[in-house]
Parts: sequence; C-alpha cells; structure tokens
Amino acid sequence: MHDFDWSSIPGALPFLWDGMKISLEITALAIVAGIVWGTLLALMRLSRFRALSWFAAGYVNLFRSVPLVMVLLWFFLIVPQLLEILLGLAPGTDARLPSAMVGFALFESAYYSEIIRAGIQSVPKGQIAAAHALGMSYGQAMRLVVLPQAFRNMVPLLLTQAIILFQDTSLVYVSALADFFGAAYKVGDRDGRLVELLLFAGAVYFVLCYSASLLARRYQKRAGA
Amino acid sequence: MSYNWNWGIFVSTTPTGDTTYLGWMLSGLQTTIALSLSAWIIALAIGSIMGVLRTVPSRWLSGIAAVYVEAFRNIPLLVQLFIWYFVLPELLPAALGNSFKQMNPTAQQFLSSMVCLGFFTGARVCEQVRAGINSLPPGQKNAGLALGFTLPQTYRHVLVPMAFRLIVPPLTSEFLNIFKNSAVCSTIGLLELAAQGRQLVDYTAQPYESFIAVTVMYVGINVIVMTLMRKVERRSRVPGYIGGK
Repeated sequence: MHDFDWSSIPGALPFLWDGMKISLEITALAIVAGIVWGTLLALMRLSRFRALSWFAAGYVNLFRSVPLVMVLLWFFLIVPQLLEILLGLAPGTDARLPSAMVGFALFESAYYSEIIRAGIQSVPKGQIAAAHALGMSYGQAMRLVVLPQAFRNMVPLLLTQAIILFQDTSLVYVSALADFFGAAYKVGDRDGRLVELLLFAGAVYFVLCYSASLLARRYQKRAGA
Repeated sequence: MSYNWNWGIFVSTTPTGDTTYLGWMLSGLQTTIALSLSAWIIALAIGSIMGVLRTVPSRWLSGIAAVYVEAFRNIPLLVQLFIWYFVLPELLPAALGNSFKQMNPTAQQFLSSMVCLGFFTGARVCEQVRAGINSLPPGQKNAGLALGFTLPQTYRHVLVPMAFRLIVPPLTSEFLNIFKNSAVCSTIGLLELAAQGRQLVDYTAQPYESFIAVTVMYVGINVIVMTLMRKVERRSRVPGYIGGK
C-alpha cells in the first residue's frame, strides 16, 4: 500500500492558484467568444442564404469531428506563425496561451452554435410571425423577440457546456502550458508525489464542477416551475 | 509564408527502417480503432448496468449509480486517465500493482486507456439508458408486472430492449466521442493516431502534412461511424414513435 504524504501541497498552493487562473482565463474567454461566434454561426446555419448556411454547417461539422487534442495541436502550430507575420513577433516567442485561447474559442463555438441553434428552433414560429405582423424586420425579430427567449431556455445547457469546457482546458497539457492540472503535475513530478497531487487535482475539479452542475440543475428546476 | 510541402514524406522509410511513415500512421489508426472499440464494449456494459440501477426503486442501488455518474462526469478525462495510469497501480495491493508494472509499457498504456475511456464513457451511456427507461410510459412496467414478471424480468424483457431502441441516436454521438476522446490517451505515451502524428512531426519536420493526414483520418472515422449508425438507427426504430416508421 502507498504511504501518503500530502506535505508538498500547502507550499505549492500559490503556484497551483496561478495555474487555476490560467484555466479560468481560458474558460472565460472561450465561453464569451464561443457564445458570440456560436450565435453568429447558428444564425448563418438557419439563414436563407445557401452559402452562409453551408459555411456554418461545414465549420461546425469539421470542428465536431476532430478531437480537441488535434485541434489544439493545430493551433499551437498555426497561431505562433500567424502572430509572427501579423504582429511581427520574434520567432520563438511564447505564444502558447494565446494559441490555446484561440483554439478553445473556435472549437467551443462549434458546440455552442449547435446548442443555440436548437434553442432558436425551440421558439414557437408564431413568435416570428407576430414580430413581423408588428412591423419588425428579420433582424429586429431575432434580436428583440427570438434570441432573448431562446437564451432563457438554453441557460442550463450553456452552463453544462461551460463545465465541460472548464474540464477540457486541462488538455492544454499537450503544450506543457501550466494550467491548474499542468501545475499540479509539475509539482507532483518535482517532489515525487504524483499520486497525491493527481488525487488532489481530481478532487478540486470534482468539487468545482459538481457545485456548478448543482447550480445548473437548480436553475433548470426554477425555470421549469 | 515559405513552407516546403512534401507529401512524398509518407512513402519514405522511417529511421527504424522497417516501415514507411504511412505505416506509422496506419498503425496509429489501428490502435485508435482497437482502443475505442474495446473501451466502447466496457462503456456499454457498465453504462447499461448503472443506467438500470439508476431507475430501480431502491435508494441504495440508485445512489451507487448516481455517485458513479457524478464522479466520472465531474473530473476531466485527462485527470482520470492519469489517475488510472499513475495512481491506481500504487494503491492496489503490492502484488497486483507490481504485476501491472511488469507488463510491457505499451500493454500498460493500452490497458489504462481502455479502462479509463470505458468508465468515462460508461457514465454518459448510463445517463442515456436512464433517460431512455424514464421516457417509457409507466404502463409498460406495470403491464410487465401485471403479467407476472418479476421486476428483473420486466427490465430484461420489456424496459431495457425498448429503451435501447429509443436511445440509438444519442448513443451514436457517444460512440463518436469515444474515438475523439481516445486522442487524449496520447498524453500517457500510447502511440495512437494523434501521437503518431506528433511523432511524425518530430522526425520529419513536416507538421502540416502530418496533421492534415491525421485530421483526415479522424474525419474519415467519423463519416464511417455515422453511416453505419444511420443503418442501425433505421433498423432499430420503433414504429409509432416520432422518427419511427
């Protein structure tokens, strides 16, 4: 049986917290960008213009059929080179954090767009007809009537997706970026206490994600009542 | 941007000399498929059992299943994988842990990945099975019991077969996910498709060709699975339901 020794955790807490901040930053940015870009994609997908709806369908299907690990590897390859060309950054500059953020934002928006599309389609057709009858344009009807109702219905699903996204940020491990999990792994590896640090990381993720999922469930119940 | 495209790289021989780089890719593809299929079997088995337990009228049994689902859904896959691979062998009784550590490294990685993906996906399958059983009209269970079936018999002959026919579409997406999630197993050194792609980059410095090939293979897996599952879906539809015949 293993002899547990948790003593390396207290001293490492500031380092772990720095990692947690990176995880949360990536999550927050990807949620915001994912919802904005995901809404646009959903509107394109439902648009009457063939070219737009094909583009959106292709985008969503491509991102949804490739593993996140592969998407991240792509962005760790492409983004630094783009930054070099566009911003004139010196080659070899550490662009892992922006690469991860761009990758997560573009990847997650494919998933958000599917949630939002379903949300828009769950609004009764009569709502659009009523908006048109009141003299609203398509844009006004979407913005003032359909989207507000759609988003209200979608909150629990959007929250659930945010929890999945937060868990997925641990995959920036493939670029050795020290997010919360990367930091925990590094400390465990350094002190020869991998068992304790991995269990600790698992427990922290569990507490955070489980509380968030309880919150989502409560919201769902309240909205349903 | 100056980049020297060289698709010929795939037919050139690897430094080990026994195969081409395309051979590496294909062996990675093979591992990905073998891993995903074997993990899927575990996931279906655990998911079905736990899904049934979540709906039975026993607090204890449904509680156990609920704990299983919450634990495996609220810890990131990567963390779970590292716990299976690095932590569990240390916590097992010494004899068992040592016999695991004495296996060859590839077998260790494959075994951990398979069990990890199986349990992870099982929690999701469990929720689908539960949803399927709960979506059945209560009359089905009552009719089974009224015919003199015991509760296990009712599940076995009435509820579970019906539930599975209803949940084929969501199970399809879980099945697709297991292939995608298997890429996470490259982090413990298992040479599946994504890992072979990275290895190719290290050896040839042709990242675009390698990543494009890997991406195309994943998309290909996706298309094949979807085509197959559409057939399964068509055959398993229940007449009289929306989407049925």
